[in-house]
Amino acid sequence: MANVAISPENGVLLAFRRDLRLAVRSKGEVIQAMVFFVMVVSLFPLAVGAESALLKRIAPGVMWVAALLSVLLTLPRIFANDYADGTLEQLAISPYPMAVIVAGKMLAHWFTTGLPLAIVAPVLGLQFGLGAHELGVIVLSLMLGTPVLSMIGAVGAALTLGVRGGSILTALLVLPLYIPVLIFGAGAAEASMAGIDYTANLSLLGAGLLLGALASPLAVAAAVKIALD
Amino acid sequence: MTEPSLQAKNLTLTRGGRLLFANLDFSIARGEALVLRGANGSGKTSLLRVLAGLTMADDGVISWDDAPWKSASSVRRANVLYLGHANALKDELTAAENLADGLGFDGMTISAENQHRALERVGLMARRDLPARRLSQGQKRRIGLARLLLTQKPLWLLDEPTNALDADGVALFTDIVDEHLARGGMACIATHLTMQIHAPVRELNLAESA
Amino acid sequence: MSIFKYASPSTFYPLAGKMAPWFAVIAAILGAAGLYLGLFRAPVDFQQGEVYRIIFIHVPTAWMAMLIYVIMAVYGVMALTFNTRLSSMMIEALAPTGVMFTVLALWTGALWGRPTWGTYWAWDARMTSTLILLFLYIGYMALVNAMDDKKRADKAGALLVIVGSANVPIIYFSVKWWNTLHQGYSVAASGSSMDASMRMPMLLMTFACWAYAIAIALWRVRAIILEREKEAAWVANLHGSASLKTSGVRA
Repeated sequence: MANVAISPENGVLLAFRRDLRLAVRSKGEVIQAMVFFVMVVSLFPLAVGAESALLKRIAPGVMWVAALLSVLLTLPRIFANDYADGTLEQLAISPYPMAVIVAGKMLAHWFTTGLPLAIVAPVLGLQFGLGAHELGVIVLSLMLGTPVLSMIGAVGAALTLGVRGGSILTALLVLPLYIPVLIFGAGAAEASMAGIDYTANLSLLGAGLLLGALASPLAVAAAVKIALD
Repeated sequence: MTEPSLQAKNLTLTRGGRLLFANLDFSIARGEALVLRGANGSGKTSLLRVLAGLTMADDGVISWDDAPWKSASSVRRANVLYLGHANALKDELTAAENLADGLGFDGMTISAENQHRALERVGLMARRDLPARRLSQGQKRRIGLARLLLTQKPLWLLDEPTNALDADGVALFTDIVDEHLARGGMACIATHLTMQIHAPVRELNLAESA
Repeated sequence: MSIFKYASPSTFYPLAGKMAPWFAVIAAILGAAGLYLGLFRAPVDFQQGEVYRIIFIHVPTAWMAMLIYVIMAVYGVMALTFNTRLSSMMIEALAPTGVMFTVLALWTGALWGRPTWGTYWAWDARMTSTLILLFLYIGYMALVNAMDDKKRADKAGALLVIVGSANVPIIYFSVKWWNTLHQGYSVAASGSSMDASMRMPMLLMTFACWAYAIAIALWRVRAIILEREKEAAWVANLHGSASLKTSGVRA
């Protein structure tokens, strides 16, 4: 029996590994989010017609909106079960700071939502007639942007824990805050298609990622404590 | 045994516009147990949550070895173990994994043999690799008992720990608490049962305080 | 301590009651003067004609929409750091007024847009940002209304407006960025060299909106205080006859 150093890395790792293992044990949820993403994207050609020039033009926007909605649907997974079965209380009084634990949980959430979406995105992009270069930019923008969606989403998910109408309420809180990510993310691919410099968009997403990584654990930890009080 | 280790002064809590308790004073010394009594809804769980640092009291001070405790202080988190109404178990994880995770978040790793010894004692050894969803309520509760066996935290806050336990389980629980108190540990237990704890036990009836 | 004295609802309640009518009177006078100068005295715009006069309402309301959200966030910081109930009550009292100004700004913007741009709604950067601001207000109100536990609603709402206000500059920046990328409508602030005869009514209207917002927020916070503290002794003492009620509770 040994006591482990209560270091931030250990806390992040502990929470991350555990949530990842839970996601692996219930694979269904991870796959469902990916299938949802594919289906939403596939609806657009059916709705606006299969004209290839139009599809190509709207592809980045469609894929980003679909990614955003998929992430939105998975937000309850971050805290709702832990809240219901008493785990969240245990985490809140753990010697590890709450901010560290929620950081691990957000990372695990991204691993099981944003990352898989970024991986399947190129296949969908081909359906919309995008070239390799544009696909690369979309994947890169999703890689940089979806972690921010997990972070902002975690604040909303924590604030609405145990509140009636929780998931639609989460969407109301979170969607306006998602707008900058959507603009810069979809904008990067659009810029690359228009032959304009897209690195500024990606840099802004990267800046958002850094800012989120610094600020979101504190905000989420505060929100969780409010929910438990 | 003389110095009280946990001291609560003047604790007052209102929840949802209802006064649960007011100006509550009590202390728990090393090697001593405090049993919380009171009808359903009298605030036993809320008091335990206040002690755990989950709920902020409206008024009052809790001190540990004469130093006031802030709600999220690291001293408090290092010393308190709280077992709530809910088991805090994951259905997808096995009994052994659940136990290891629970202790892991307390900042501990356990060797396989220690874990086996604890699971053996609470009677879960044969079921250690079953996912928690396949365990009965009482068996889930026993994972909590195994955690009590392995933890090194001095102050235990236990909310109806004997719920769903059979007679053997209750006896086992009493033994575990007794051993803990004999080592100089402390416990605050909310329960309806009369338990045969050998160490000094004080009772606090919440219905009377409000 | 002397400042914090007024952070207690029981001392703030009568103070708010005394101040509110004054601000209401100021709002009425400034508003009347501003409207008179703006609608009858300010010269006709040589490009837009009479219709430009809507900016005397549009611009101040758009400013207020933004400002009230920032003030809510300031109260949010106070609510979470000093744990003062009154701060949270002020956030709750300000939110509906913020929504009203945001809706007014959007509405007058649309009415102005129709004759000037030929469309009620253009995806202009400022109008889009204002729309998103409206969503932020609605999110706050939805969250607070969904929670039965007022203590929790107070804290959660405070945290939400803080997070929201930290994002407001980013949202404004991103929308502007988006707007230039897509080269939509961009309306330069009409009258970059604003004539004094136009500046005066604008200023008066702005202060009128300020005074109105303060008066309404004070009245609304009084209602919120009464509702939340209906069990407290001092509320019962406001009307001597109600003292029976408290003796029962405290015994």
